[in-house]
Order: sequence, then structure tokens, then C-alpha cells
Amino acid sequence: MDAQLAGLAKARGPELAKEPTGIAGLDQVTGGGLPRGRVTLVAGSAGAGKTLLGLQFLVAGARDNAEPGVLLTFEESAAKVAANVRSLGFDLDQLQRDGLLVVLSFRVEPAEIVGTGEFDFEPLFVTLDEAIGRVGAKRVVLDTIEVLFGAFGDDSIVRGELSRLARWLEERGVTAIVTGERGEKGLTRHGMEEYVSDCVISLDHRVREDVSTRRLRVVKYRGSVHGTNEYPFLISASGLVVLPVTSITLDYPAPQERVSLGVARLDHMVGGGVFRGSTVLVSGTAGTGKTSLGAHLVNAACGRGERALLVLLEESPEQVLRNMRSLGLDLRSWTDSGLLRIWAARPSSIGLETHLAALADLAGQVAPSVAVLDGVASLAFAASAPETTAMVARQVDLLKARGITTMMTALGDGDETSAVGVSSLVDTWLLLRNAESNGERNRLLFVLKSRGSAHSNQVREFVLTDHGIELVDAYIGPEGVLTGSARLARQAAERDAARRQADDLDRRRRDLRRSIAEHEARLVAVQDELAAQRAELGRVDARGLEQAADIEADRAAMAAQRWADAAPGGEVRR
Amino acid sequence: MSQSRAADDADGTPPDPGQTWDLRLYVTGRSPKCQRAMENLRRTCEENLAGRYRIEVVDLLENPRLAAEDQILAVPTMVRKLPLPMRQVVGDLSDTDRLLVGLQLRPSRSKAP
Repeated sequence: MDAQLAGLAKARGPELAKEPTGIAGLDQVTGGGLPRGRVTLVAGSAGAGKTLLGLQFLVAGARDNAEPGVLLTFEESAAKVAANVRSLGFDLDQLQRDGLLVVLSFRVEPAEIVGTGEFDFEPLFVTLDEAIGRVGAKRVVLDTIEVLFGAFGDDSIVRGELSRLARWLEERGVTAIVTGERGEKGLTRHGMEEYVSDCVISLDHRVREDVSTRRLRVVKYRGSVHGTNEYPFLISASGLVVLPVTSITLDYPAPQERVSLGVARLDHMVGGGVFRGSTVLVSGTAGTGKTSLGAHLVNAACGRGERALLVLLEESPEQVLRNMRSLGLDLRSWTDSGLLRIWAARPSSIGLETHLAALADLAGQVAPSVAVLDGVASLAFAASAPETTAMVARQVDLLKARGITTMMTALGDGDETSAVGVSSLVDTWLLLRNAESNGERNRLLFVLKSRGSAHSNQVREFVLTDHGIELVDAYIGPEGVLTGSARLARQAAERDAARRQADDLDRRRRDLRRSIAEHEARLVAVQDELAAQRAELGRVDARGLEQAADIEADRAAMAAQRWADAAPGGEVRR
Repeated sequence: MSQSRAADDADGTPPDPGQTWDLRLYVTGRSPKCQRAMENLRRTCEENLAGRYRIEVVDLLENPRLAAEDQILAVPTMVRKLPLPMRQVVGDLSDTDRLLVGLQLRPSRSKAP
């Protein structure tokens, strides 16, 4: 449809001149505003925000574009209309005194009117003509002109007159909004869309489980490209805000800069911190330390001198300040210095739209570098699952578009399917899980994903100490991951074993040394004995030679005495 | 609302014979519809209220702001200021029966559809 309209717009030549509505998001969806010099129909059920849309259009014209306006209301008195929008910062009385606005009201009481024959709405034309001329109006809002049906007897005349009115407004060169009640079959009860065919905007107001969700759709915009989706909108403190989440192209800047999560070992696990402007989801069961993790992020940001926003959806600020104090995080000093803004609101009590609007306002006011949304799963109490997911997506979009590094914490049942179904939206997902063993619960932290970063595949034990969060290597034993006292016991046992082993070695070393010393000593003794024996042998040999010589000498002497020949065998005889 | 419902009941009872009908007819210029309404009103009053009525004709073109002040959206509109309650009769007054109802000279047979 968009492509078709784009082609149509091209074929018609330059884009239509448009009037900005002053409504954030609506101008974006309509590509600049409402068609100038044409009539736009705003259709919706009671309380959908039709009147407000019209008023905002008029106020934006009068206040910001030097285009005076005329409001003709059939719904309420002029004073009541002015009172209704005063809280939104619209001072209709002042605008009227300044000659920028005329508010006219007509009350139609069918019971007081008897219809007899032909009539026309000439007084309406005369009144409008006079008012437009009086202030030089460029914008006109008729709210809700449909009350004229059924009041004067002959509706075919009313139909014709309204058709004439639409043409007359165009001839008059004003940009007009007419509002109509949603009908059973058509967009409006009395088929207003038949006379107003240039631009039709439909507002929807659904209440589900006591929480309202508002949606806006540009049904038709002749000659112009427009977003065709249903866009959520809300009524914020500054008026109507349309959030064209689905029109946000995924073109966020992607800075390379890393932001510390405030826990050194955790930064390391995700590759040195998360990317600035990225979104971190922390999910886990109750009491796993999600809020504490969020507090570390804001604490670290404030420590760097950056502004931070902590949005509490489940707890009061005082409670969190106290609890974080026990972890050694002095968040109060940051709130005192103005770096940290804490905002607590239960979305179930104010509604998702209002909540989002307030968040948008805050993000604009505080301009934080990091934001923590603590307890986004409680959004689910305020709406159905798809609405919650859409809402979280819008929050992520809103913060991401501003380059805010965001951490959301969500209650999950501990498995990898996130409670709010937003895991695909987040860049980094930390899962906290309770491990139950030995009669105690201990916390484990996993990095389930971290886009664009090498990240640890290891499970870490997550310990809350009086000086903050510490991540400890978890022990993997035969029974699984060891945590808490089991880990401590295991650590002690391992220390003991190591000590015992060291002792054993020492003993063995000592024994061997002793043995070696003994052997060495023995070796010396043996060598001494050997030497002594060698010496003895020498002596014995020497003595033997002496004796032989002596004997020879004796024998020679005896032979000489006997005068006998020397007989070699003589000795054999002997 | 409750006032107008009470007025419906009052329509059934004939007004005080000494009552004067104070009527105002809003027109825009001298359009045929307005001319017709003027004629129809004068005739009906002459026939039913001779000597007991007063008609004031107000041309909204002469004072454009009067329409919003007097809450007149359509022309011709005949406003019955007296007898109370005030009642508007819109149209060229060609339906005499309905005009008589509007003038409180005839009880309303049924609520207007």
C-alpha cells in the first residue's frame, strides 16, 4: 500500500503542502502533518482523544506557527473545554485574549427541537465565517459535528449540509479537522468518511484488564505517503504523543565504545563491558540480584560523572536506596548530587501508555547516559503479553534512539525463554539463576548472549557482599555446579588435599635426602676400606718379594756351603 | 434532560387562556425557506392564536455572532420563548401538525422518531 501511495504521490507531482500538527509522532507518520487547505476526519470512540488531537492541532498552530484557529465544539461548553486542557499546559483563554483562537460551542438538545420541513445550517456557516475572519484563522476544528444527526428530523438534509460544509471549508482555504464517533459498521456512526475523503485518521481506545491502550491509524491520506500501521499513542503531561515504534528504522548509531557494567569480572565476561547505547536484559527468578546488578550499572555511570536514570517498577526508591546501601553502593550521594534520577511508578496503576509517556519525558529531561528499568515484567500485570512486549519494545526504542545504554531487569522463571518475550530486542542477555543444593540457594550468572562481543561461556557464581557484587568461578563437580558452602567446602577440601600432598612430598624428599646421605657416608667408608685393603695388599706383595729374595739368598748361601749345583726341581722336592 | 422530559408532560395540558405566545424566528437573509417559514408561522398563529402572539424576526446575517450566542445552528428556526418551556422548531414550518405541537397547541402524539 505504501509503495502504491508513493507512486501515486509521484504521479501527482510535488507532495501536498502540509500543516504540522504539533503532535510528536503524528507528523512523522503523516510525513509532515495534515493536508493544508483540506478537511481531515478524526474518527474514534468516546474518550479516544479526538478532541485533544484537534485542540493540540489548534494550539500548535496558534502558539508555534502563527496560525490562528477556530474551535467549534458541540460536546462541551467553551469553559469546560478550556478547563480540560489547562493541565496539559494549553491556555485557551490566553490564546483567545491574544486573538489567536476563537472557541465557539453549540449545544444540541434533540428533545428541545421539533423538526418541521426544510432547513439549512446557514447560521453555522455564518458563525464560522465570522470567527475565521475575526482572527484570520488558518485552522478549524469541528468537534463532534455528528451530534447534528438525529436532532433536526431529516438526516438527509444534515448529510447534505455537512457535505456542503466540508466543501465550504476547503474553499475558505482553512485546514480543518472534523471529529466523528466510531460507528458499528463504518469508521463513523453516520458515514462522515463519505464527505471527508482527503485524510482520515482513526483513534482507538481499548481497555483491557483495567488498563487502557490507545492506537492511531492513518486510514487514508489522499496524495501522500503515510505509515499504514496502527501506532500506539498516549496522552502525556504535554498532550498527545504518537509513538511510531514500527516506523523507527533500525538505524541506531552503533558506537564501539564500551560501558562498564560496574562489576569488573562481569565486564570481562562480556568482552570488556557492553557497547554504549546497547540494551542489556537481566532476567532471573526472584531474589537473584537483578536490581543489585542494575544499581551497579548506575553507580558506575555516576562514578564516571555521567547522568543515570533508575526506573523502579516494583519497589520504592527508599527501599532500593537502603538495600543497595547494604551492598556498599551509596546511591543517595548520586541522587543528592543530581547525577542519578530515581523514578518509581507501578505501570499497572497508571497504565502502559502513561508510563511510557512519563519515561519519554524523563529521558528527555534527565538525558542520562545509562538507564535501568527495574522490573519490566511487572508491565505484564498491566496488559496482555503482546502488549507488554510491544511496550517494552517501545521503551527500548525510545531509549536506544537517544543513545542511552539501557539495562532492563525482568522476572523470569530462570529458563532461557524470557518472560516478556523481548530477548530478540536486546543486545546482551544475562541470566541469573538460583542453584539449590545443600539446603541453600546460591546465585549463578550466565551470559546468554552478547551481540558483537566475544563473551564468556562460563557460569559464574554471583555473590552479594557488603562491598558489592562479586563474581566467583563456579566449581563444576560430578553433581553439577558447586556453589555457596558446597563450593567453599570443595575449595577447603582441595586446599587440604593440596596441603597433604605437599606434606607427603616433603616427607619423601626428606627421607630420600637422608637415605642418600647415608649411602654417601657408606660409600665413603667402603672406599676407605678398599683403599686400606689395597694398601695392605701392596704391603703384603712387597713382603712376599722380600721373603723370596731372602730365600734365594739363603739357598745360594746353603749351596755355596754344600757346593751343590743349583737344581730347579729342588724346590719340588721340598 | 429531566427538564425537557417534564416539558413533554406539560405539552399535554392546555395552556392558560390568558397566555401570550412570545415567538422568535431566526432567518438568514430572505432565502425561500425563510420566507416560507415566515408565511407558515403567521398563518398558523392567525388561525390559532389571533391576538395572543408576538413574532420577532432575527436575521443572523445582520449580526453573525448572534447565532452562537443564541445557540442557533439551523435556519429557519422558530423559538418559542413563551409559554415555557422554551422550544425550538426547526424547518420551514410546512408540517402544520408538528408546528402546532411545537407551539404547545396540540399534545405530542408520540415521541419524535
